Amino acid sequence: MNEEEIMDIDNDEIEVIEELDVIDAPPERVSRPIVELMAACEALIFTADEPVPNKILAEVLGEEQESVRAAVEQLVSEYGERDGGLQIREVAGGWQLCSRPTFHEEVRRFLRTRPSAKLSIAALETLAVIAYKQPVTVPEILEIRGVQSASAIKTLLDKRLIVAKGRKETVGKPMMYGTSKDFLLQFGLKDLDELPNIEDFEDLVQ
Amino acid sequence: MEEQQYDQFTFDFNNEQPEIVRDSQDALQLKIGEFAGPLDLLLFLIRQEQANIFDIPVAKITDEYLKYIKLMKKLDITVASDFLVMAAQLIEIKSRMLLPQDPKEVTEEGEVEDPREALVRQLLEHQKFKNAAEMLYERVTVERAVFPRGRIESDDINAEINATVFDLINVFQKILARQKEQIEFEIEREEISMADMMKELKRRLADFKELSVTTFFEEMRSRRELVTAFIAVLEIVRTESIRLIQSATFGDIVLKKS
Repeated sequence: MNEEEIMDIDNDEIEVIEELDVIDAPPERVSRPIVELMAACEALIFTADEPVPNKILAEVLGEEQESVRAAVEQLVSEYGERDGGLQIREVAGGWQLCSRPTFHEEVRRFLRTRPSAKLSIAALETLAVIAYKQPVTVPEILEIRGVQSASAIKTLLDKRLIVAKGRKETVGKPMMYGTSKDFLLQFGLKDLDELPNIEDFEDLVQ
Repeated sequence: MEEQQYDQFTFDFNNEQPEIVRDSQDALQLKIGEFAGPLDLLLFLIRQEQANIFDIPVAKITDEYLKYIKLMKKLDITVASDFLVMAAQLIEIKSRMLLPQDPKEVTEEGEVEDPREALVRQLLEHQKFKNAAEMLYERVTVERAVFPRGRIESDDINAEINATVFDLINVFQKILARQKEQIEFEIEREEISMADMMKELKRRLADFKELSVTTFFEEMRSRRELVTAFIAVLEIVRTESIRLIQSATFGDIVLKKS
């Protein structure tokens, strides 16, 4: 413990989170006024380098999950009303503070980045099949797409959009694939349930 | 002639936009990429014929399909086996539709199964996922316009902490490997110590009384061993009753017990 205390001050915050994970009893519940709670959540969401789950916010702040959710939701609408350059949104199972799409050109110019390479049709189709049918095997993907998808699967694995989900207990024990957390992040999804129902796409057929 | 052949196959690539990406710089690749698979090609042909997907004019579509495959071959594109499988499937459906119904296939309600049914189901299912892919494309496009805050110093510190376990193993293994090499090197040095070399030389002389220096030197595997052998020879001549004899100018030098 002493050694940890000597460690860099920058790490203090992270250590707090880790300690909380370890401690069995949650910290003493304190009820803050909602305005204060909103401000505290805002500070944590800003500091985190990846989406912060509601649960973590509640644990760190020693508040009920429901009140944290209510506070962040109010924060979200406040950001919306303000119509500024920032937004808070729920993505990949957590809250994230990010820029508004309106200013993407300016941000990109500032960061000197270009949009990353787009996925091919084949890769996107394969990803769609995996997203909706997961866990799914290569032969099952072939059945729906009518085409071998090995290279598309490799691309998706390389981009960490999909992950292996074990083997199917059937002839040849083929590998099963599913989408990753990166998939949710890159496609701006709260969770898989946020994907529109696949049957809804049928109406478009003609 | 060639020109005409191509004209027959004027796919309107400008109106029939590839639904999702246009990132290829190679025009030809772009055109073919539009049909990511045989089902795409089939859907395209059905749409082009303005046919009802539930009542596909199989004969016509099959002809068109086969023409397209021929075109692909003409353009020197390797036709993927998936396209050939679909061609076979289409021909089979076409022939089954020409034949009178097999009475055994008639179901209890007196209905006859349409040979096209399985294909239609597959096409509809495929179309659903194509639309889903388009939805994903739209999502990712919007998503690319959204940026989280830039990484700050403390993020990087955390990242290092997170990665340490594997990094450490990696680095440790590298160090171990390097260490191994070094140890081996030292053992080699031990092996060719002066004392050993002297012992060897003495043993050889005791056995044969005479020993060609050239032969002895040629047995050495490294520069270091050679140097040691050379010093050993000098040493043995100095300390033991051994003489160096050269019978002819530039001839072989022989070690001999006196």
